[in-house]
Amino acid sequence: MANQNKEDTPITMDVFTAGIWKENPVFVMMLGLCPVLAVTNSVENSLAMGLASIFVLVCSNALVSALRNFIPKQVRITTYIIIIATFVTLVDYIIQAISLDLYNKLGAFIQLIVVNCLILGRAEAFASKNSFGKSVISALGMGLGFTLALVMLGGVRELLGAGQLLGYQVFSLNFQPWIVMILPPGGFIVLGSWLLLINYFEQRKTGKLVAEDSASHCTVSQPRS
Amino acid sequence: MNPESLSFIFLNAFLINNFVLALFLGLCPFVGVSAKRDTAFNMALATAFVMFVSSTCAYAINQVLITYELEFLRLISYIALIASSVQLVEMILKKFSPALFRALGIFLPLITTNCAILGVALFQTSRGYDFLQSVSFSLGGGAGFGLAIILMAGLREKLELSNLPNITQAAALSMMLAGILSLTFMGFAGLGTTA
Repeated sequence: MANQNKEDTPITMDVFTAGIWKENPVFVMMLGLCPVLAVTNSVENSLAMGLASIFVLVCSNALVSALRNFIPKQVRITTYIIIIATFVTLVDYIIQAISLDLYNKLGAFIQLIVVNCLILGRAEAFASKNSFGKSVISALGMGLGFTLALVMLGGVRELLGAGQLLGYQVFSLNFQPWIVMILPPGGFIVLGSWLLLINYFEQRKTGKLVAEDSASHCTVSQPRS
Repeated sequence: MNPESLSFIFLNAFLINNFVLALFLGLCPFVGVSAKRDTAFNMALATAFVMFVSSTCAYAINQVLITYELEFLRLISYIALIASSVQLVEMILKKFSPALFRALGIFLPLITTNCAILGVALFQTSRGYDFLQSVSFSLGGGAGFGLAIILMAGLREKLELSNLPNITQAAALSMMLAGILSLTFMGFAGLGTTA
């Protein structure tokens, strides 16, 4: 089941950087959206969630990749989920031990990392087919990309919703905070705005913005390839 | 033990703290399967059913785990439980209602990774609901998920026919729509406590 051709390709910088921007899990692949929207009402929460996800992603991908020749194909998904759940339980207890305050803020969303499609997706699509080193590097890149996206959302939401950044007052105290930004609708709207902005720059780069043909508005539901 | 009444728990999960629009659970199917109204309806039905079955079983499993003081195994057992209850639902449907089984198709196995299902199990544990409260919570959650995904599908079907700027392709527009839907659901917050 291990793909011999793929394993022979050397570990390049591309493996690492792909996850950070070009194949960013949130903005490009739209994976693992639940924690992205739920915990990003401040930069601190976003960072904590990002770090927890990196830990689970790297550890589970390393283990899946190391065991890839021993896991029977029929039960692979179950095995991956059990591996992921083990690491999530670890993270859950670690965060509880380090900072109870943070643990209460993130709530059930730490345990919900288990069903983050990003982690299972990477285990199935990458770690089960590639060498140990390559999987770890790729997982690290993906995790950093995920954290970047979380912080980009958290930054905007905290700045507009509370006038602060990482707890420091940025705007003057006369600033009327946009409460809606730290409430649930803000998450959807900020993510939507980032996606619009990224689409705009992407299309300006490829020159597609001008050539808007009449068929293009039927592609709303098509995922970007 | 939680003193909340059954009807309040139902309404709370259904409208005030809607799983999709207020707690951000189950967003993958919400974005992925909301292009057509009838598929959205089938998805909602399947999810609500699995939610009900797995919530009931999760309550029982949790009692067993507490008896033997094995709480650290909770997450793993819940995940295994959900995966097997999805399988169970699949088998039952295949036997008793092949038509519905065919209509649901690939969506049924995908429910395993729907975070709303695990969310129901985890929330009912952390809030200390008893059996009837758990049932009411899972029914409310399922109905809320269905309401959100069907509303979204209706909106997106209308938008298919309108002329939109090119940059709103992919999920950007869905996110904006969800934001507006979520804003309207904030209006229910007056009915009770949030979060």
